[in-house]
Amino acid sequence: MFGLDALALARAQFGFTIAFHIIFPAFSIGLASYLAVLEALWLRTGRPVYLDLFQYWVKIFSLGFGMGVVSGVVLSYEIGANWSGFSQRAGPVIGPLMGYEVLTAFFLEAGFLGVMLFGMKKVGPALHFLATCIVAVGTLISAFWILSVNSWMNTPAGYVMAPDGRLLPADWWAVIFNPSSFVRFPHMVLASYLSVAFVVGAVGAWHLLASRGRNAGARTMFGMAMWMAALVAPAQILMGDLHGLNTLHYQPAKVAALEGDWNSESRAPEILIGWPDMQAETTRYAMSVPWLGSLILTHSLDGTVPGLKQFPPADRPDSTLIFWTFRVMVGIGFLMAGLGLWSLLRRWQDRLFEDRWLLWAALLMGPSGFVAVICGWITTEVGRQPFTVYGVLRTADSVSPVGAPGVATSLLAFIAVYALVFGAGVMFMVRLMAHAPAPGEAGPGADLPLRAAGIVPGPSLAAAEGEVVR
Amino acid sequence: MIPDSWLPVVWAGLIAFAVLAYVVLDGFDLGVGLLFAVEREREERDVMVNSVAPVWDGNETWLVLGGGGLLAVFPLAYGLVLPALYPTIMAMLLALVFRGVAFEFRFRAASAAGRASWDLAFFLGSAVAAFAQGLTLGGLLAGIREQDGRYAGGWWDWLSLFTVLCGVAVVAGYALLGSCWLIWRTEGALQRRARHYAAVLGVAVGGLTLLVSLWSPFLHPQFWHRWFAWPNILATSPVPLLLLALAYGFNFGLARLHQVTPFLCAIGWFVLCFAGLGISFWPLMVPPDISIWQAAAPPDSQRFLLRGTVFLVPAILAYNVYGYWIFRGKVGAGTHYH
Repeated sequence: MFGLDALALARAQFGFTIAFHIIFPAFSIGLASYLAVLEALWLRTGRPVYLDLFQYWVKIFSLGFGMGVVSGVVLSYEIGANWSGFSQRAGPVIGPLMGYEVLTAFFLEAGFLGVMLFGMKKVGPALHFLATCIVAVGTLISAFWILSVNSWMNTPAGYVMAPDGRLLPADWWAVIFNPSSFVRFPHMVLASYLSVAFVVGAVGAWHLLASRGRNAGARTMFGMAMWMAALVAPAQILMGDLHGLNTLHYQPAKVAALEGDWNSESRAPEILIGWPDMQAETTRYAMSVPWLGSLILTHSLDGTVPGLKQFPPADRPDSTLIFWTFRVMVGIGFLMAGLGLWSLLRRWQDRLFEDRWLLWAALLMGPSGFVAVICGWITTEVGRQPFTVYGVLRTADSVSPVGAPGVATSLLAFIAVYALVFGAGVMFMVRLMAHAPAPGEAGPGADLPLRAAGIVPGPSLAAAEGEVVR
Repeated sequence: MIPDSWLPVVWAGLIAFAVLAYVVLDGFDLGVGLLFAVEREREERDVMVNSVAPVWDGNETWLVLGGGGLLAVFPLAYGLVLPALYPTIMAMLLALVFRGVAFEFRFRAASAAGRASWDLAFFLGSAVAAFAQGLTLGGLLAGIREQDGRYAGGWWDWLSLFTVLCGVAVVAGYALLGSCWLIWRTEGALQRRARHYAAVLGVAVGGLTLLVSLWSPFLHPQFWHRWFAWPNILATSPVPLLLLALAYGFNFGLARLHQVTPFLCAIGWFVLCFAGLGISFWPLMVPPDISIWQAAAPPDSQRFLLRGTVFLVPAILAYNVYGYWIFRGKVGAGTHYH
């Protein structure tokens, strides 16, 4: 297809399916924690607005979670189907980590999701809150394991190579807590929290604009989201800086590529905008700021930054692509922090819900977190190329012996199915978001009468009916 | 402390358990989807979907455990079987996407036409996933051509009369599980019709099981030897006898209008068929040549995952049972949706 070989098609397919997938877990990680906070606030203060917001967002959560599940099941088999070389050689190390993800996270989430979505009336508020917390913790455990796997692929440690080329575990502690899992896991969790905060903020902004600032639920969600923007976006910028320092140490070629630097030098300029040309080994049309490159990457004006020419051409990641994805991610991070600052000012002036420019800006930035997440992942994963396990196992040696026609057919099928299914899903989510949060908001349980009559599950029911059903 | 040579045996048992749990649990979910072919009223379909909505996600997680477990402890088999059965695996994954999202989407659709198309997606997703799983089973039973642990067969190895027969058998088997589930969890007219479906499907599944069982010993000499050579036949003959007993119990339960007996007998049927597969396979992981010891990861990998598994799987079973307990009882009809 398009003159691409089986390897390029397999990469395209995995990149496409995983980029689609990551949107939903990022959404679930952030939203599950937000729902736990909302339910905790409701139980603590008794203010109905928190329960309304919980019921409002839990419906959207269940849609997003379902899409995350089905797109995730695909990945658990696609690794073997398209990357059998990788599976057979790296499986002994990463396989158990993914096994633990299923055993400690997926089952936990799935087991308590039903209670969280449909069980409020059946188990009562206290147990229901416990279920919500378990689901939220489950999403974080899942993120921990999969980021540990991904970090190991970027900064492998704790393994030995067998004579037949298989990678064998030597020290599980070193595998799991490899040199970059400490920066990658918090960076991704903060990214999920920010992405969801901006979605919540945009929905709040929309309903504030529509109700001229009067919708109580919208005020609460917008206020909470802007606290997140003000506090978490700067924290994420610091975390990103730590991640950059880590990458500079362990994967200098990736840093050279995402900065568009070709020559290693001290007092290096920072190229703000340009077009890295892999053939000509230069970055065209570069607009740079002197010394800033060294300052950002090494925190010193005299620091030496790597250049791509240090590395053999066969070992260079595609700078043209990740130079730009990196800049989009960083740019969005600073925009988020800027919006947070703006909201602080307005909050201090007591005009948080009245500044229509702020509301419009928050609305427009609603999807920005997901754009940043995808750009960040492209940066780090394309920056890992041409290896699947950095410096150890080449992507070309990782691919399955499946011919190009087979991979092309399945790639086209994935594109068609995902466009249709997830297009519809996002439309349903947007439709739910378009309806204003109202007092007495119905939960997903209202859709699902699970029993006609009969057995009463205990005294908690009466308590739940009294409080929950109004 | 389990000796190294026993680790693959333990793990083969655990993976087999995960696959069996998946087949039985998602089997009735997919079966409920298959029965959309004959249940066309909106109210009935809502009840059917609601009966599995709180549990389907947990049921599908066993499939993910099967994949993750294979990668972890039998990476050679994982990297060999999935490329070999690439088309059936991809078809199953795409079908499960449709099936999974349809749970939510059919309630969210704004128009009758939109709802009808997600109902169709639910049915087709269930049907294609079930059929593809049967093809995958058949392809694995028929054997996988390999060279140095890499797939060395062609595009269409997975397609034969035998694999299609397995596909049909799995579809019928899941539909049987689904109708027995509905007998247990619904009431009134829907339950009566479910009894009728179960009676018809029970005969079909019996016949298809017989066909597959008679055919598969001819696939590989090992299979034949395992079942029919003296004295093996002494050990294997109880399997068909137990199947006969289950068939009797199933019909008895249906005739006496029992609520749970048909479902339990159908599950027993799957368990016995699965045990039969185990008898044929042992000690192979991938027929005709790769044994569980050849396919296994180094002992360290197996041991590391096993240490957690022995605690986690009982815990998982416990809270899953709790989940089923919370949502126990008959699923009602006549309620209002959006």
